[in-house]
Amino acid sequence: MNKRSMRSPLSRALGLGSAREGVEHWWIQRVTAVALVPLTLWFTGSTILLAGAGHEAFVAWLRRPFSTVLMVLLLIAVFHHMALGLQVMVEDYVHSAAKFALLTAVRLGCFALAASGILATLRIAFVG
Amino acid sequence: MTDHATKRPRPLSPNIQVYRPQLTSVLSIGYRISGVALSIYAIGLVVWLLSAAAGPEAFASVQGVLVSWVGQVVLFGGTFALFWHLCGGIRHLFWDAGYGYELRTIYASGWAVVAASLLLTLAAWAASLIMAVDR
Repeated sequence: MNKRSMRSPLSRALGLGSAREGVEHWWIQRVTAVALVPLTLWFTGSTILLAGAGHEAFVAWLRRPFSTVLMVLLLIAVFHHMALGLQVMVEDYVHSAAKFALLTAVRLGCFALAASGILATLRIAFVG
Repeated sequence: MTDHATKRPRPLSPNIQVYRPQLTSVLSIGYRISGVALSIYAIGLVVWLLSAAAGPEAFASVQGVLVSWVGQVVLFGGTFALFWHLCGGIRHLFWDAGYGYELRTIYASGWAVVAASLLLTLAAWAASLIMAVDR
């Protein structure tokens, strides 16, 4: 790469990056991406089969243990992946005071959406 | 910029607006835009699940929006964004693993992303329309 580095020699020796957590962010983004390949294909296939279905058919489908488990896994992977991706968007494009408010909103929003989706799925699975 | 910043020459990104759009640059920004768009669709997924949990009336009103022509256009866009981001993501995973960096390969995989996401979107909609008619 380029010979002139912006990092201090100590930082380079420690090899952890400026914030010490970049590698984990990068890695979890990829792990969730790999999980989302089969999960989104399952989801798209299922919605095709559910096209035009009413509430009864939808609930019957989601109550099947296979659907319940995959939907919960999909929600976890989607919102984890989304939180990491939107964080990069904010860090790359927002340079005002709104940056920290947005970073907080992304984290809290994704957590709230994941929790809501999972609880709705479980309610359908266990209550109907 | 402060004096301190101007004294030390920092690496600058190219001003991309002066370049003619290329497949690579269009796919790059399209990949990001589709990711942000899918975030909005993910909110829709939660609303859909919550309405189903709330009961048949709430679910029917959400389904009513989805089957309207506006809803169908939005869903079509969502399907395309999903397959676009999925195919682009697989391309990125190959890069992360260290494959596909030759210029020819980059263009071949780029056009493959365009073709595959279009074909998958059309196939998914053809299949779902057949399912809806059968029902």
